[in-house]
Amino acid sequence: MVSAGDLGFFLRNIWVIPLIPLAGAAAMLLFGRRLDPQGGGHGEQGHDHHAGGGTGGRTGKALISLLCPGAVGLAFLFSLGAVVELAGRAPQARRAEVVVFQWLTGSGNFQAAWGFLLDPLSSVMILVVTGVGFLIHVYSIGYMGHQGGYYRFFGYLNLFVFFMLMLVLANNYVLLFVGWEGVGLCSYLLIGFYFHRKSAGDAGNKAFLVNRIGDAAFLLGILLMFATLGTAQFTQVTDLLRSGKYAPQAAQYFNLMALLLFIGATGKSAQIPLYVWLPDAMEGPTPVSALIHAATMVTAGVYMVARSNALFVLAPETMGLVAIIGAATAIFAASIGLVQNDIKRVLAYSTVSQLGYMFLACGVGAFWVGIFHLYTHAFFKALLFLGSGSVIHALSGEQDMRKMGALKDKIPVTFRTMFIAALAIAGIPGLAGFFSKDEILWQTWSSQGGAHRFLYGIGILTASFTAFYMWRLMNMTFYGASRVEQDVERHIHESPKAMTVPLMVLAAGSVAAGWVGIPKVFHFPESWPSLEHWLAPVFAGDPRQVAAAAEHHSAAAEWGLMALSVALAVGGILLARRMYHQQPELADSMEQRLKPLHTLLLNKYYIDEIYNALFVNGLAKGGGTLLGRFDAGVVDGGVNGAGWMTRFSSTLSIWWDTWIIDGSIRLGAFLVKLSSYPVRILQTGLVQSYALSIVVGVILLFGYYLWR
Amino acid sequence: MHPITPYHYVFLSAALLVVGTIGVLTRRNIIIILMSIELILNAVNINLVAFSHQLANVNGQIFAIFVITDAAAEAAVGLGILIALFRNKETVNADEVDLLKW
Repeated sequence: MVSAGDLGFFLRNIWVIPLIPLAGAAAMLLFGRRLDPQGGGHGEQGHDHHAGGGTGGRTGKALISLLCPGAVGLAFLFSLGAVVELAGRAPQARRAEVVVFQWLTGSGNFQAAWGFLLDPLSSVMILVVTGVGFLIHVYSIGYMGHQGGYYRFFGYLNLFVFFMLMLVLANNYVLLFVGWEGVGLCSYLLIGFYFHRKSAGDAGNKAFLVNRIGDAAFLLGILLMFATLGTAQFTQVTDLLRSGKYAPQAAQYFNLMALLLFIGATGKSAQIPLYVWLPDAMEGPTPVSALIHAATMVTAGVYMVARSNALFVLAPETMGLVAIIGAATAIFAASIGLVQNDIKRVLAYSTVSQLGYMFLACGVGAFWVGIFHLYTHAFFKALLFLGSGSVIHALSGEQDMRKMGALKDKIPVTFRTMFIAALAIAGIPGLAGFFSKDEILWQTWSSQGGAHRFLYGIGILTASFTAFYMWRLMNMTFYGASRVEQDVERHIHESPKAMTVPLMVLAAGSVAAGWVGIPKVFHFPESWPSLEHWLAPVFAGDPRQVAAAAEHHSAAAEWGLMALSVALAVGGILLARRMYHQQPELADSMEQRLKPLHTLLLNKYYIDEIYNALFVNGLAKGGGTLLGRFDAGVVDGGVNGAGWMTRFSSTLSIWWDTWIIDGSIRLGAFLVKLSSYPVRILQTGLVQSYALSIVVGVILLFGYYLWR
Repeated sequence: MHPITPYHYVFLSAALLVVGTIGVLTRRNIIIILMSIELILNAVNINLVAFSHQLANVNGQIFAIFVITDAAAEAAVGLGILIALFRNKETVNADEVDLLKW
C-alpha cells in the first residue's frame, strides 16, 4: 500500500469506508435467509402493513435492522472522521490518495489501481451517500418491516452503498466505472424488487438497458482517454490537462472524449435523451426511489462531469451541449411533472428536472454550483420521496393523488416535513433549494457564451414550473376535501418513529444545507463556511469559472434576478394553491381549454411511444429482422455451404471406397471363386465316389507298372 | 483229391478282394460297406497266412494278427461313428451323408 506518511488515521484508511457496507451486504445476501425465514417471499401485499410477519423471524429481523443501517451509519462516522481530518489540512493539501493494490496492468499505458481518492469533491459525495443513505436505511426499517424479502432488500441496499462509495472514492476512471456499473446493477435489482409484478421487472430491464447505452459511451470515453492522455487517474489527468503538457495531437480529441463521458452521464443521470428509465424506476420500493433515484446514484453523472472538469473546460463545444441538454431536460421534465397524477412520478420528473439544473450549472462552467445543488437536492428530494412513501404507507399503497386530499391533520409529521421540503425545492429564500438554484441561475446569467441569457430564461421558467407542480402535489395530497376511498380512509395513520425521525432529520437538512453556499452579495463574514471555497482546490485553474467570478460585480443585477426568481416561485405556489385548493374547478376548466397540451403532457410527449416505435420496434426488431435475414442468408448460408461441401466430399469418398477400394478386393475374391468351380465339381462329399477314385487310381497304377 | 496249392489261396483272396471292393463301391448301407471292408481285410489275411505257410516264415502270420486287431478296432470306431451319425441324421445311407463337400 502506498500512502503519504503524514496522513491521519482516517485518511490513511479511506479504503475501509466502502468495505463496511460491503460486509453488511455480504452478510445479508449470504446468510440473510436464515435470519429472516419468510424473507424468501416478496411483498405481494404491497404496503399492507396489517399482513404482519410470523414471530419466527422477529429476532432475525431485529438483527438485520441493526446490522444494515448500522453498517451505513458506521461508514458515515468513518467518512465524517476522514472529512474532518481533511478539513484540518491546508487547502492545497486537501487530497488523500491511497492505492490498495495495482489492479489491472495491460499493455502500454493501460493500467488501473484499486486506489481511493478523498478530496473536497469526493468528501461532499461520501457524506451525502452515507448520511442520506443512513437515514433512508433507518426509514426502510419502518417502511419495509411488514413486507417479504426484508433481508434481500437490505442486502441490495447495502451493496448499493458499497458500489456508490466505490464510485465516488475511486481515484481513476476505471475503478469509478466499476462502481458505476455496480450501482446500475443494484438499481436494476431494486427497481425489480417486486419481481412478481411484470411492470416492475420491465422497469428494471428498461433502466438497465437504457443505462447500457450511456455506459458504452462512457467506456469508449475512458479508452479514448488512455489512448490520448495515457492515464485515467483523476489527479494525473487533471494535472496533465491543466499544465497543457499533453501531446499536441491529443487536443483534437478533447471534445469527443468529453462528449462520450457526457453521454455516459446522461444515461446514469437521466438526461435527454436517455432519461426515460427514471420515471419507470418508481416501480421500486419508495426508499429505493429516494436513495438511488433521487439522492445518490442519479447524481453520479453530475459528479463524474464535475470530476472531469479539467477536460470539459478544454472542450467548449461539449460544455455548451451540456448546458443546453441540462436546460432542455430541466424544462422538459418539469412540464411533464405539471400534470402527472401519480405522486411518485411527479417526484421522478422533478428529479430529472433538477438533475438538468445540475448539468446546466456544469455546462456553464460553475461546477461547484452543480455539486452544491446535488448536495442540497439530496436532502429535500430524499425527504419528498420518503414523505410520499409515508403518505403511500398511510393510504395502504395508494399512489394516485386524485385519491388523496385532506391528509394534513391525519399525518401531521409527514405533512410538516414535506411542507418544508416543498418550500425548499420551490426556492423560498432561506431554505436549501433557494441558494443552490439561485446560484445556478445567477451563474447561467453571468456566464460567457452566446445563449446564456436564453438558458437563464429556461432556467427561471423551470423554477416557476417546479414551484407549481410541487405545490400542486402538496395541495392535492394534504389540503382540500378528502377523496380517499372509504375502506382506505379507516386505516390512515401516521408512520412509525423509524420513518418519521429520518423525515425530521432530513427536514432540518433541507433548511440548513444551503447555508454553506450563501451568495457573496449577502456579505457574510469570511469565516462563514463556504462550499465554494471548500471545493475550490478541485476546480481551481478553471478559466471560465474565473471569468464568471469576475462578472460577480453587479450586485444590483444579482439582487434583481433573485427577486425575480423568488417572485416566480411564490407565484407558482399561489397559482397551484388557487387551482388545486381554493377553486378546484379552475383546474378542470383549464384542463378542458388546453386539452391537446394537457394530453400531450400527460402522455409525456409520447416519448416512450416514439422510442418504442423508433428503437424497440424499428431498430431492434426491424434491425433484428434485417440481421435475421443476414443470419439466415449469409451466416447460415456459409455454415450450410460448408456442410454441403463436407457432405459432397464425403459422397466422393464413399464412391471411391465402394468402387475402387472395395471393388478391387471383391474382384480378387470373384476371380478366386470363379477359378474354384472346376475343382469344386470333384468334391462331392460322398465317401463312395472318393473310394471309387482310389480304386481307379490303384488300378491305373497297377496297370502302369504291369504294362510299362 | 487235389492238394490245395497257393494258386487256390491267391484265387480265393482275389475273389474276396473283388467282392469286397465292389461291395464298398456299390452298396449304400454303411453297415454293408463296413462289412465289405472286413472282406477286403480278410482277403489280405488269407494271402498273408497262405504265403507264410508256403515260405515257412512266421512273419506273415504275425502280421495277419495285427491286421485282425486293426480290423476290430476299425469296426468299433466305424460303428461308433455310424451310431453318432444315425442319431443326428437318422440315416445309414452313405449317399445321404455328403457334409464334407464345398
